[in-house]
Amino acid sequence: MATLSIVGAARAMRDGTLTASTLLRSVLQKASETEAQVHAYLNIDRTGAEEAAAQADADFADGIDRGPLQGIPVAIKDNMVTRGLETTAASQILAGYVPPYDATVVTRLREAGAVLVGKTNLDEFAMGSSTENSAYGTSYNPWDITRVPGGSSGGSAAAVSVGSALVGLGSDTGGSIRQPASLCGVVGMKPTYGTVSRYGLIAFASSLDQIGPLTKTVEDSALTLSVLWGHDPLDATSFRGDYPDPTAGLGRGVDGLRIGVVRELQGEGYEPDVESSVAQMVDKLSEAGAEVVEQSLPSFDIALSAYYLIAPAEASANLARFDGIRYGHRAPGDTTESMMSRSRAEGFGPEVTRRILLGTYALSAGYYDAFYGQAQRVRSAIRADFARAYADVDVLVSPTSPTVAFEAGARTQDPLAMYLSDICTIPCNLSGDPAISVPLGLDRNGLPIGFQVMAPALGEPIMYQVAAVVEQLAGFDASPELAMVAS
Amino acid sequence: MPVEIDIAHVAKLARLDLSPDEMEGYRSQLSVILDHAARVQSLEGEPEPDVTHPLGMVNAFRADEIKSSLDRDEVLAASPESRDGYFVVPPALES
Repeated sequence: MATLSIVGAARAMRDGTLTASTLLRSVLQKASETEAQVHAYLNIDRTGAEEAAAQADADFADGIDRGPLQGIPVAIKDNMVTRGLETTAASQILAGYVPPYDATVVTRLREAGAVLVGKTNLDEFAMGSSTENSAYGTSYNPWDITRVPGGSSGGSAAAVSVGSALVGLGSDTGGSIRQPASLCGVVGMKPTYGTVSRYGLIAFASSLDQIGPLTKTVEDSALTLSVLWGHDPLDATSFRGDYPDPTAGLGRGVDGLRIGVVRELQGEGYEPDVESSVAQMVDKLSEAGAEVVEQSLPSFDIALSAYYLIAPAEASANLARFDGIRYGHRAPGDTTESMMSRSRAEGFGPEVTRRILLGTYALSAGYYDAFYGQAQRVRSAIRADFARAYADVDVLVSPTSPTVAFEAGARTQDPLAMYLSDICTIPCNLSGDPAISVPLGLDRNGLPIGFQVMAPALGEPIMYQVAAVVEQLAGFDASPELAMVAS
Repeated sequence: MPVEIDIAHVAKLARLDLSPDEMEGYRSQLSVILDHAARVQSLEGEPEPDVTHPLGMVNAFRADEIKSSLDRDEVLAASPESRDGYFVVPPALES
């Protein structure tokens, strides 16, 4: 049951062959079998989940139908606040923090009748590509527990992969939904900037952050997005306008569509199995009727450099709020300033400290123009390259990650090597466009490979249209076998 | 060209009380990262820096209506120290 898709479970609950409470029990059973090895969750709210499942069942019995997520077990990345439920963003500085309010996405899920299972692990403040920066221990990849699940939404990706949730929420600033989805063999999607409210998302880089779903299937992703997105007056960047139907293109195929393969996202640094698997899928899309062309977006070569100036700069400002006064850890100090400086030094882990320093430097007098200002120019060039490409093609495709899941510890001592994990995903954060990762299959070592489909802003319907064909052509339906589980 | 960084100055700006050893570690890591980041200077042409919302949103105004806010006691309960409805901090100025 825990391997059901949202669509499958929703149908069974309406047929009367499955109850939300039974589904939750199977999901919690899956968690108890896998958590010791995978550590997807920081905190499971069994009582709250059981109450929500009972309420969903009562609603079904009363003929109340709140839509596709009613009774569906959901995992929430722990950088989204949940009223009454500890939220730490995997940082020591927020240890014990119990928020007095819900993030808008959490409110929307509750109103849709979803069952919140618990809070998932992440890199501290979503800064990382492996979950190894969590202050509460790393998560592991269900396909090989000596490897990382990716990050920063690694906990949500691992939970969906093993079935300890049917859907997970993630946040994506430079690839933090798509890269772990790729490494864990699930579907991960970053919506158009401004379409999903960030109210109650603990901010990392406000011009880049977006919340999105991790799911088993493309259709589940589109259905979840239809619940999550929409205008929210509590988020000043929230899109006020017409939102398309994410499911509108499902089942329409790719006949007659123009698909661009990004020239800059291949070659050196890409694993052979990743490249051949992506090339095979491109051939299949062509056979299925799409017109495939190569597209060059030259600014992608310096996108990573721009990102590692813009994101830390914004982070250094956003994380100024952690000062030992209103919440979280406080160190002793004779003055307010010494208390703040000691609290922050003790509370933040190494990667967060590194990025705050990097961002502070990039914004400081004398260096602003050469670094931060120039990075914003690169951002303009990236948007111009995307605009040029989308004038010619409907969607762009690439690998999601240049490599499959890497060994735990392999990149922790080399920040730059870790940053290179996000080279394929960063451009869509800088442009604000939607993108999705769909699993293609496994490499020679049995590790998942992901395929990225990018679309112009508000192009979610055509993005899902192509992603659904990729999913069908890949025919990937394997699940990780945690055969070594003791029970 | 290695990037020169006055790490003590940057740490002070960021309000991070780091030990000399920690500072030296971060200084050398930042130097490598900034060396890579400096590639942004290889951009051809000088496009205007883009700081606009991808969907063209500009200022979001709301009606000036009084609405209930978060409960004060609940908010203060999350703070390390509070008294009589206020946050408590050490002296702001050295005596």
